[in-house]
Amino acid sequence: MQSIIRVQGLGKQYQLGDASAVYSTLRETLMDLARKPVRALRKNGNELSTIWAVKDLDFEIAPGEIVGIIGRNGAGKSTLLKILSRITEPTLGRVELYGRVASLLEVGTGFHPELTGRDNIFLNGSILGMTRREIEQKFDEIVAFSEIEKFLDTPVKRYSSGMYVRLAFAVAAHLQPEILVVDEVLAVGDYAFQQKCLNKMQDVSTGGRTVLFVSHNLGAISRLCNRCILLEGGRLIASGPTANVVQSYMTSGLVERPEYAQPSRRDKAMNLLRVALRGADGEIRSDIRYDESLSFEFVYETSQAVSGTSLGVMVYTVDGTCAFTSADIDAHAELLGVREPGTYRSRVTIPAKWLNVGRYTVTVALANAMSGVVYDNVEALVFQIVDTGTPGSLNGIKRPGVLQPLLDWETIREVRG
Amino acid sequence: MHEVHLPAEPLVVIQPSNRWSILSFKDIWAYRELLFFLTWRDVKVRYKQTALGAAWAILQPLFMMIIFTIFFGRLAGVASAGIPYPLFALAGLVPWTFFANAITASGNSLVGSANLITKVYFPRLIVPAAAMLAGLVDFLLAFVMLVVLMFYYRVTLTVQILFLPVLILLTALFSLGVGTWMSALNVKYRDVRFALPFLIQLWLFVSSVILPSTSIPQKWRWLLMLNPMSGIIEGYRAALFGLPFDWPALGIASALTIVVLLYAIFAFGRVERSFADII
Repeated sequence: MQSIIRVQGLGKQYQLGDASAVYSTLRETLMDLARKPVRALRKNGNELSTIWAVKDLDFEIAPGEIVGIIGRNGAGKSTLLKILSRITEPTLGRVELYGRVASLLEVGTGFHPELTGRDNIFLNGSILGMTRREIEQKFDEIVAFSEIEKFLDTPVKRYSSGMYVRLAFAVAAHLQPEILVVDEVLAVGDYAFQQKCLNKMQDVSTGGRTVLFVSHNLGAISRLCNRCILLEGGRLIASGPTANVVQSYMTSGLVERPEYAQPSRRDKAMNLLRVALRGADGEIRSDIRYDESLSFEFVYETSQAVSGTSLGVMVYTVDGTCAFTSADIDAHAELLGVREPGTYRSRVTIPAKWLNVGRYTVTVALANAMSGVVYDNVEALVFQIVDTGTPGSLNGIKRPGVLQPLLDWETIREVRG
Repeated sequence: MHEVHLPAEPLVVIQPSNRWSILSFKDIWAYRELLFFLTWRDVKVRYKQTALGAAWAILQPLFMMIIFTIFFGRLAGVASAGIPYPLFALAGLVPWTFFANAITASGNSLVGSANLITKVYFPRLIVPAAAMLAGLVDFLLAFVMLVVLMFYYRVTLTVQILFLPVLILLTALFSLGVGTWMSALNVKYRDVRFALPFLIQLWLFVSSVILPSTSIPQKWRWLLMLNPMSGIIEGYRAALFGLPFDWPALGIASALTIVVLLYAIFAFGRVERSFADII
């Protein structure tokens, strides 16, 4: 069968460095020109260090396929999606698309808080590439799907974050492009609604539509996709039936990482700087004994006063099941108030003898619960709980379950034999 | 599984763009509805967020007219080509306010839409164009006030009024040109945000808004012609009040508008490719 997406020799190069240095002020340019005219004019990419976010990608996708794109952070998944959605240009290579593309890299792109739900359906639909007629035809369906009929004429700034996400998803779920490109957007919203969206997306595929889906949630990938592409270091290292690719990702791709860091950025309201995993002795390491506590340490910055924000951490098992979720606001609701500009450090401790033996990935998210804006959502750490005599491991076999708590049992002999 | 019929030729080809490639007008046409919705959003949000709403469109030129009338009309006794000074000033201020607001809004539009630009594809030129068109709505509202004032002063219309749509188009295109250029510069140099209001203040004084171009000595008048806004604003007065058109000034203004617009589109197109990576 003829392919609907054809990717040939695709590559994208980025310049490394402080993000704020990319755009300059007029003064700097003028100073440069005045000081070293020749060098300023001759300045080109060679001087700066560069990185290939994706390189030498070649693959084809047949119509109607649902393809999952998996890989670790920085593997090039987002860059690939951005190229396919035409947000950024490739440096090399070529992509041919034999159908209309809609991309969903964020829920509620272009939603305006002052406008009503009704207005935002039209605005968002149009931004996602629907025609006015299509929106009008689907309007009632979208409203029914979103379950917010009563608040249709209320500005979305008064919506709860759940309502906001529902409405945004409802619009996106009714897109009818031949090709749908979806980033990790299903991470928000409640579980029941996520399922509803997943089902709706499956309908999309049975209608002959092609879906490209990036997610860290291997569970969702396994449910949805019949084929997977595994990226590593910007290159395609595996492609084939989902089960096989997910398996090879789980066995080979995960390298333990007890630390994560990213550069300071003044253009984001909130930005994660560092995440570290410490053992009970305070040392940064990724092998944690079952019988010791571990703690996550976060450093982040806010470049402007923000409110309604939270730092959330999600711990997943390697098969994509969420072990638990925790947020800094859980026990400290006052953090939902204003966070003044500055650098923040927080720490949370997971008790010893609690998580079962095995590998875990830790996703850290900085988000605004009010507006639904996600500032950061990164798979920051990978760690391992090592067996040091867990209750079930006496015979060397790991007990099933995400948790392996050592619970206090009480047993008394009631009847004399 | 449905039978899928794919086109023989790809609908979209994504590849590194050529350094000299310019915008695809076919693409912009395909996204005309988005242009409408973004304009509609800008207008709606502005009128909703402000207490006075649509009244701002009228108040801004109205108060300027009153101030100009007090300081220039009475005290300086400026020769206003036989037109009552308030009318003379307002006929200049209505298009001027449109131009000033449109280039401010377009100039800041791209940076202000960073969230949209990094998340979804559409021809980026739509962003400054929508900002300009939203200003056009204000312009039409302010124009109603001008018509009222013309009734009050019993201005008799001449056939020259038919030239008005051409002048409005010219103003819109020139605003689009300057605004688009500023928006592209703004991505690279955030100085634009601060320089623009200052530039607009200076520009006002050389745009024949306060004084007619005839008040300038003949030997310097060619210099005024290099400012398309001066020719355009005098054109509005000629069309509205039946004064003689200054054809050379209008001709130069039209030619410069086209040059500025083409250059802006070219400059914008060059920056467009890397927007998402820079913003």
